[in-house]
Order: sequence, then C-alpha cells, then structure tokens
Amino acid sequence: MNAPTYNFAYLDEQTKRMIRRAILKAIAIPGYQVPFASREMPMPYGWGTGGVQVTAAILGPADVLKVIDQGSDDTTNAISIRKFFAKTAGVATTTATDQATVIQTRHRIPETALRANQVLVYQVPIPEPLRFLEPRETETRRMHALAEYGLMHVKLYEDIARFGHIATAYAYPVKVNARYVMDPSPTPKFDNPKMDNCPALQLFGAGREKRIYAIPPYTQVVSLDFEDHPFEPYRFNAPCALCGAENSYLDEIVTDDKGGRMFVCSDTDYCEGRQAAGHHGSLSAAPYKEKAREAANG
Amino acid sequence: MADQNFIENDEPLLVAKSLSKSFGRIHACRDVSFSLYPGEVLAIVGESGSGKSTLLQMLSGQLAPSAGQVSYRMRDGVTRDLASLGEAERRFLFRTDWGFVHQDPAQGLRMAVSAGANVGERLMAVGWNHYGRIRDTASDWLTRVEIDTARIDDAPRTYSGGMRQRLQIARNLVTEPRLVFMDEPTGGLDVSVQARLLDLLRSLVAELNLAVVIVTHDLAVARLLSHRVMVMKGGRVIETGLTDQVLDDPREPYTQLLVSSILPP
Repeated sequence: MNAPTYNFAYLDEQTKRMIRRAILKAIAIPGYQVPFASREMPMPYGWGTGGVQVTAAILGPADVLKVIDQGSDDTTNAISIRKFFAKTAGVATTTATDQATVIQTRHRIPETALRANQVLVYQVPIPEPLRFLEPRETETRRMHALAEYGLMHVKLYEDIARFGHIATAYAYPVKVNARYVMDPSPTPKFDNPKMDNCPALQLFGAGREKRIYAIPPYTQVVSLDFEDHPFEPYRFNAPCALCGAENSYLDEIVTDDKGGRMFVCSDTDYCEGRQAAGHHGSLSAAPYKEKAREAANG
Repeated sequence: MADQNFIENDEPLLVAKSLSKSFGRIHACRDVSFSLYPGEVLAIVGESGSGKSTLLQMLSGQLAPSAGQVSYRMRDGVTRDLASLGEAERRFLFRTDWGFVHQDPAQGLRMAVSAGANVGERLMAVGWNHYGRIRDTASDWLTRVEIDTARIDDAPRTYSGGMRQRLQIARNLVTEPRLVFMDEPTGGLDVSVQARLLDLLRSLVAELNLAVVIVTHDLAVARLLSHRVMVMKGGRVIETGLTDQVLDDPREPYTQLLVSSILPP
C-alpha cells in the first residue's frame, strides 16, 4: 500500500500561499502581469499549467469546478483537468455554468452570463500583448510601466493596411481599468465584451511564462480600436445547427469533402441546455426528433 | 510676431556644459561645451574613436554624462536639465520633439511592419486614433521623402538602403520635431544615393527650420549640410567655427590633415 497521497489540490500549502499572494497583487493592479514562481505540474506546458496552478491555489473543499476547453466540457484537456482535481482535491465537478463556483477555461468565456462569487480562471500561453512587436522583456515592462501603448495600435494598423479591417480575431488586446493593456488569452474577440464590467472575478495564469494577472469584478475592459475602424465582435452569420441560437459563438464543423459544413455552439453546456429547453436547429440531434415524433404520434 | 520669433530664435535650444564621459580609465569625451540654436545645423566631425558618438548619446539623453550637463528648451519655452527629466518625460521628448536618425536603418525602423505603420508609429504613440488620418499623414510624408506611395504597405526590409534611410527620416520627422540627431546618416550608401539623400535632408532642414546635430566622418557631408562644425580628436573639441571657415582655412594641424585628406574633386 504505497499509493501516493497528495496535499489537497495537489500543490503544497507554501506554494499555494505564494500563488495566492501573486493573485492578490494581480487583483490589486488590474491587468498588470505579476511574476510568480510557477511550478512543474504533472502535465506538459501548453496544457494549462498556469490555469491549473491558479485553480489549485483558490480551490476550497466546498467549491464546484467546471473545466472547459474551447467552450467544450468534453474534450481531452477539459476532462483530464476535471479528473485531476476530482482526484487530488475531491471537489464536486459539474458541466453546468450556473452551478460552478470555479470555472477553468481555455479559449472561451461561457455564454451563460457569469455572476458574482464565480471565478473564471484562464489558461494563458503568452501573457505579453506586446511580445510579437517588441521581443525584449525589459523593454515591454518599461512600456507597461510608462503606459506607452502606441505600438499596440501599430499592430492594428498593420491589420487594416493588409486586410482592410482589424483581422485580429483572437487574443484581441484590451485596456483594463484605463491603465494596462492586456492580452485576454486566445479567446475569440467575440468574448471581449463579456469581460467588461463582469460580476465574476477573472484570473489569468501563464505557467510557462510564469505570470498571473487578473480583472477584478465590475472592472472596465475596453477593446482597442481606431475611431474609423471600431471594434466589432466576429461571429459566423448562421444559427446554431443544433439549438438554433442566434447569439452564441459558433464552431464550424466540416461534415464531408464536398463543402458540407455545420455551425454549432462552441459552448456545449449552453447548447445542451437550450436543446433540453426545447430549442432546436436545422440539424438537431435525434433524441429531440424522436421526442417530437412521439409527441406527434401521441 | 516678429519680435516673438526673434526672442525664440535668440535663445539656444540645446546647451551642453562641460560634458565629460569616462569609461573606467578611458576618457571618451572631455569638457565639451556648446549651444545649438533653432534652425541651426551643427556637424561633429572627427575620426573613429574621437568621441563623436559618445557625445551624441549624451546629448540625446541616452547616456548619462560623468560630468557636466545638457539642457534643452522644451516646447513650453522652459529650459530644463535633461538629467532632471523623468524617464517618461525623456522618452516622450524623444518621440515627439526630437528625432534620431541611425546609421543603420534597421536600428531606427521596425523592419517587419509596413512603411505606413513605421511612419505612423509616433503619431499613434501620442494618441492619434484615426486610421484614415494616420495613413494620409504617412503617405504625405512618404511623398516628401520621395518614396512611391504605392509602397506604403511594404515592409522596409524590401526597400533599398537609400529608401530605408529616407523612410527613417520620414518616421522621425512626422511629429515635427525641432531637433534631430543624426549618426552618420549617409554611411554605407553609395555616392549617388548619398547625394540624393543629402539634397533631401538639406531641403527638409530648411523647410522645417530644424536644428540638427549631425555626427559624421565625411567632411563633404558636413560642408553640404552644416552651418557650424566642431572638430573632435581624442575626446576633445579641438576646433570649432563656421563650416566654410573651418574647412577652407583650418587652423589646427589635425583639422588641416583631415581637410587635406579629401580627394580634390
């Protein structure tokens, strides 16, 4: 009987304290990237080690955890992280957005509006919004310190010059609390407006880059743009093929090699919830058709 | 109005007071003093290692002097010591009221972003937020430095050496600075391209009433562009005066050597 025993939520208490201190600092300075001593986690970098450490540090026994990857509750990454915490912390897990208290996410913000007392934890690959324009870390830090953000507009300018519109579709830079320019992690820009004045606490963890940043509840988050090229959230112009939603973010799914495709909600929980409530789209799954048939047959 | 101009031009824009810089035991620059007036072009000439570039870095606030001070008359008319400026102020000054033309355009340009964005960067840095206006201004400046506006969306790495240098000049002048530092702006260009660049610089300087500090080892550049010349050797200024005077009638033996080492045309 040598089964390994882990501390609650995997990390030891000292590490969690260290991460919590970084989180508190991040909340105190919205949008500012706080360095922290990121640990090796039992998963590769790029799989959400930053988000997992933040989640581990804030998780309590009474929390209910939801993990999504690209909006979906049932992809490999989401399932394994959910299992990880079910095993090491023994917390309840859920796929329902409104029942969760902590939601760890990769690349999406749930469609269901978040409420106060919920925490959204983002997995961040590259926290520095200026990175691809200015490779020097010393220089980007100085630019943040002096709020020199002209360079960010250079990127948007390049987009318009090349494509005729701001072609940045994800990781769209935002200004937090009218001070720091922040990378909202690779969420589609469709989700940017949800960050503004959000009642939930939003935490961002970048494990490889060793940075934590945060947006406290009810904080102003503005997407950068030009006066004559204002920010516009992008969405495929179609209803969800399964639930018929007109206002959710859609994934495009190629269904054959003849150009066939369907658009479905990327937020699976939202889509399932709507289908259960009786909404359906042009390609609704069989159970609803069966139900409809049953109802018709009496 | 005329009086106003007279007063403005009567006060120096940049004043260096006994500037010295030593790196350990090496004295790169010793006791350099001068005043630069608005619209004046000052050439600093001398051989490699004479302290020209060190001096330029001190004047432009990139290097702290070991002794002495540099003061600059800001746009509000107040003359301030550069050392007393905060970093934010200094960087702001560098982006707005000053220009710096590097010898190697790759240092002064963003080689991977388009020419338009290169010129527009300073405007965006001071808060311009209208794409159309930024682009119009950028294309206007490209025209002024004789770059075909059809190439506004090309990155400078696709440009020739002369075009890069002209783009760098446009990028610096777009915020209408009053003072431009130039570090061997014609170095590495062939003679015909040099001539064209110098011609352009000369007309822009006159048109915009720019004050320029130009560091060069090429006396021809000094003769064409500058009003005054400072000759440096071993970190000291050994001779200074009006360009024609110094170059036609050099007093110091070293200056005589420099002047006589130019091939006669």
